[in-house]
Amino acid sequence: MSHELPEHPDWLWRTPDPKRAYDVVIVGAGGHGLATAYYLARDHGITDVAVLERGWLAGGNMARNTTIIRSNYLCDASAAIYEHALKLWETLPEELEYDFLFSQRGVLNLAHTLQDVREGIRRVHANRLGGIDAQWLDPDEVRAFCPIVNTSPEVRYPVLGATLQPRAGIAKHDHVAWALARKADAYGIDLIQGCEVTGFVRDGERVVGVETTRGRIGAGRVALAAAGHTSTLADLLGLRLPLQSHPLQALVSELLEPVHPTVVMSNHVHVYVSQAHKGELVMGAGIDSYNGYGQRGSFHQIEHQMAAALELFPIFARAHVLRTWGGIVDVTPDASPIIGSTPIENLYLNCGWGTGGFKATPASGRVYADTIATGTPHPLAAPFALERFTTGALIDEHGAAAVAH
Amino acid sequence: MLLIACPWCGERDEVEFHYGGQAHVAYPSDPEALSDAEWAQYLFVRDNPKGPFAERWSHAAGCRRWFNVVRHTVTHEILAVHPAGRPKPVIA
Repeated sequence: MSHELPEHPDWLWRTPDPKRAYDVVIVGAGGHGLATAYYLARDHGITDVAVLERGWLAGGNMARNTTIIRSNYLCDASAAIYEHALKLWETLPEELEYDFLFSQRGVLNLAHTLQDVREGIRRVHANRLGGIDAQWLDPDEVRAFCPIVNTSPEVRYPVLGATLQPRAGIAKHDHVAWALARKADAYGIDLIQGCEVTGFVRDGERVVGVETTRGRIGAGRVALAAAGHTSTLADLLGLRLPLQSHPLQALVSELLEPVHPTVVMSNHVHVYVSQAHKGELVMGAGIDSYNGYGQRGSFHQIEHQMAAALELFPIFARAHVLRTWGGIVDVTPDASPIIGSTPIENLYLNCGWGTGGFKATPASGRVYADTIATGTPHPLAAPFALERFTTGALIDEHGAAAVAH
Repeated sequence: MLLIACPWCGERDEVEFHYGGQAHVAYPSDPEALSDAEWAQYLFVRDNPKGPFAERWSHAAGCRRWFNVVRHTVTHEILAVHPAGRPKPVIA
């Protein structure tokens, strides 16, 4: 039995050695870093760019999230940036010439208490006023839309209704990263993996480069896109940020027949569930309460999330957990991201996306690229400036963002 | 899952405890004298180290008392446990 191995398919991007200097150095080749590189080239013609990645491309939270895409946030600033992302998601597969299985199957946010109902209806009205598709469903309509949800009044926390965003959905996260990487590479941007930033080169108050495990790299501007490790980078500059890094866990079942037509999120019993294209059920939970950088969390979080899933979906009782994992999410005091400049000249910040960064990927990259290129905040990014923690103009999404943080 | 040694009750499972974030953050002695930026630092900014971290825990399902723990944020190894009010222990 001897078969010739098939030809290895063409690589989607080059593996260049770092140059001595770049106009822009992006730290972190996850979704946001890659999208930033892509939009720097597409929108601003800036292609003298390196994206440095200490591990492998899109191997951090981009590989670990539950791929939910939605824009049904309560606060205007949040809804605006996530809706911008959703509109970009709708055209990106064609633009990037890469099918990343974006499936607009809708998202249900279940209400289990009177407070949930009031919050949900309020959010539906707020979303509609902002031009975002949103509906309120009563329990019968929930059952019609997603027949496998247990809408019996007999359960501990009966389903009293749900918000529905029909344009929401899921996408295949790895393919998103690869699609962005391929296009960024085609613009001549260097994607450099296995290159950890270990320090910054300063000239007075300005950053002029980075020290890395592959030597010193000069930079006109340095743009952080390092999610849970942002604090460790900022510490190198003595810059203290309002971020706390927490483990966030998720799990998948074995492959099952298609049974789950949509995405279901429950803030109150605290689980979110969708079914990936291959057939595995994908479930996420809340963050572990403590700070952690270990990319693993505590088992009781998994137990709690499974209990919630089983109450909502009795049909899953015999499914097996195939794999659990954790990522590191950087959470801000108001559960909203930080995008923009810093007190250190030429250093830009994109962090604090907490549990919700994947859905924002294209908008995050686009407004960040614009902010870096022009030196002034993009209008959608302006409310998310670091200064809001001093001015008090917080974007308080705790409990308002249709998910508990 | 963490196994945390409450100074009063002994080793208990993590689910009995409530997390309180960074320890040894003193309330400013004269808040009125702080600038907005200094107040923001006190209100919103905490250390976020990759390594040993001095943090507060409360034995919420037990004696309900607060105490301090030094825990490594990568390995989750608990390096010290001490009652609230004591100075931060020196970890070698």
